[in-house]
Amino acid sequence: MASDETINVKIEFGGGAELLFGNIRSHNIALPSKAPATANKAKQEGRPADITFLIDWMKENMLKEREELFIEGETVRPGILVLINDVDWELEGEGDYVIQAKDEIVFISTLHGG
Amino acid sequence: MPPRPCQFCEKSRAIIRRPKTGDHVCKECFFNVFETEIHNTITHAKLFKPGDRVAIGASGGKDSTVLAHVMKTLNERYNYGLDLFLLSIDEGITGYRDDSLETVKRNQQQYDLPLKILSYKELYGWTMDAIVEQVGRKNNCTFCGVFRRQALDRGASSLNVDHIVTGHNADDIAETVLMNIMRGDIARLGRCTLICTQGEDTIRRSKPLKYAYEKEIVMYAYFKKLDYFSTECIYSPDAYRGHARAFLKSLEVARPSVIIEIIHSGESFEVAQEVKVKEQRTCVRCGYIASNELCKACTLLEGLERGIPQMGIRDGKKKHIEIEAPDLTKEIRTIPMFKLPTVEKDSRLAASSPLNMPG
Repeated sequence: MASDETINVKIEFGGGAELLFGNIRSHNIALPSKAPATANKAKQEGRPADITFLIDWMKENMLKEREELFIEGETVRPGILVLINDVDWELEGEGDYVIQAKDEIVFISTLHGG
Repeated sequence: MPPRPCQFCEKSRAIIRRPKTGDHVCKECFFNVFETEIHNTITHAKLFKPGDRVAIGASGGKDSTVLAHVMKTLNERYNYGLDLFLLSIDEGITGYRDDSLETVKRNQQQYDLPLKILSYKELYGWTMDAIVEQVGRKNNCTFCGVFRRQALDRGASSLNVDHIVTGHNADDIAETVLMNIMRGDIARLGRCTLICTQGEDTIRRSKPLKYAYEKEIVMYAYFKKLDYFSTECIYSPDAYRGHARAFLKSLEVARPSVIIEIIHSGESFEVAQEVKVKEQRTCVRCGYIASNELCKACTLLEGLERGIPQMGIRDGKKKHIEIEAPDLTKEIRTIPMFKLPTVEKDSRLAASSPLNMPG
């Protein structure tokens, strides 16, 4: 049960991205509902948790290895697709989308042979 | 952000922003436009005629799985009249190819298409694992690419198929254009954007997904819940293509239309008259297409058999070793003679041939 300080979020991986996260495709996490300021101070302390924060949180708490294969700067590495509740994140504001309870975020890697 | 309606039907919610055009489309409209664009690519290039026997190069990966699905769908929807086959090559890479072949076998069930698997071991006597042990991890992709190209043609020939389709997508082709520029490979630069390649002595080969973005292929597979295998080949991290791929992906972030635009640039290249490009001829040993007396595959195989794995590999520091057809004083394994399939030119005869298998 999430407290006021965390939000329950479901994270799914596909296309091989799961290999960076212990080879587990599906994760349920309790994400802090407020995010700290970003390194370049573009975003404020105490802002509601958004995807940018989620990615950073995943790097700190979930990523097992090779962070450069998942993250580039403050966003995902180019070639990793992100879906928020089955909608392309490019339609939801990408990193600025504010996460709601029970959201499902999917990260699909396209960086492999066809 | 509030949900937006689809720009096409204006009814359902948009779920994807198309990189090619920036359009916001709903799921059904996305399926429709994705499939229709491929259909238009096929008809515009006049790739097929009724009665054609077509082999789909299938690896179990995202591109070939989507290709098989779309080819089957379009063949039925628009009555192309094609006999479709799945053709798979087993390079002998443990932990990669053996797993992806399981996916192809599932695809065979799901799409109800006949499947043929041909292995490097049976054709050349060498698995990729054995080759990498001899050659090391640099340049081994050269062996794999050369051997696979021949293997696909031979597999198709054994099915009496004269047309192969592969799942190369827009990103792949844009990467290849960049790679050929980076390596100064003028001969390839002039050919690599052709949608259909046909030589006198090779099997016709087309790329129906040529203008389909990798992102859209992955989204299509995801929303259609298609079953595909998604691990990198264990030897690929050292491949040169990785540089072009990383570069292209960064360019795409800044301007997604760059992929189509690079292809368009590539299509517009004309090789200057003064540039010497080697004539294509036939290998004296195995009959396959070649630029020299021996085709690349025979050259590479001879190198492996004689324990000189660098034979035929162009190294920046050493001179390229030209191979003349030598006296074979030592018995080494060679590749069997290649014959083009004897497919009837008349499509009615092809349809009634005893080799014709039900689709």
